[in-house]
Amino acid sequence: MKYQVEENSLTIFLPKELDHHNAEDIRRKADRLIEKNHIKCVIFDFRDTNFMDSSGIGVLMGRYRMICLLGGEVWAVNTNERIKKILIMSGVTKIIQIYEEEKV
Amino acid sequence: MKNTNEMELIFDSKSVNEGFARVAVAAFMTQLNPTLEEVADVKTAVSEAVTNAIIHGYEKKVEKIRIHCRLEEQILYIEVEDHGKGIEDIEQAMQPLFTSKPELERSGMGFSFMEAFMDDIVVESEPKKGTVVKMYKEIGKGRELWTIQSL
Repeated sequence: MKYQVEENSLTIFLPKELDHHNAEDIRRKADRLIEKNHIKCVIFDFRDTNFMDSSGIGVLMGRYRMICLLGGEVWAVNTNERIKKILIMSGVTKIIQIYEEEKV
Repeated sequence: MKNTNEMELIFDSKSVNEGFARVAVAAFMTQLNPTLEEVADVKTAVSEAVTNAIIHGYEKKVEKIRIHCRLEEQILYIEVEDHGKGIEDIEQAMQPLFTSKPELERSGMGFSFMEAFMDDIVVESEPKKGTVVKMYKEIGKGRELWTIQSL
């Protein structure tokens, strides 16, 4: 898993499968980076991810709760159709925006 | 005679086995010639049921989880069973967004996902005895058979 901090935004490159097993690890590392770097914007990058269940939704919602208290925002990028479906079904897209890159 | 096939998996309730369990069930169902989406649906449902058994059933103690799969023609039946603490109020547990462990950042969507991705799900549980989640899904529903189209 890779994490990238730029000014006050944190990008989390999610693993191939985002389930309960690796959710804990992401949560711990992300929260440490958020506190240390005064992060205001968290970007979840799904480019390598092809599986996510409700544990993944929990990770996104948890980071949103943290970040919205600081007045920041949370984004999801590079989501494939399956991930998009899960995000929309869970209703989490009401608080977390999916960023779609324009296709050239 | 009906075309049937069965398999059973018994494994430790360790989170590392979540991936193993869903991939094993996905591999078993390939003989039904499912679409990628159907495989993804079943993987998600199995993942939710197994995660529930680990977190809620056994509360992270290491015990055994049993998965039983049965194919009957194009229908895949799955049972996920634990002998953990059981569920007091099944109706409440199945409500969307309900979670007994908000401190663990559980989203409360586990049963909702199982319901959404499978054709039907039944939960049987007894406090202190354990829980069985029974679900099924018909594979290849609504897919056109190209072989019956006139050439």
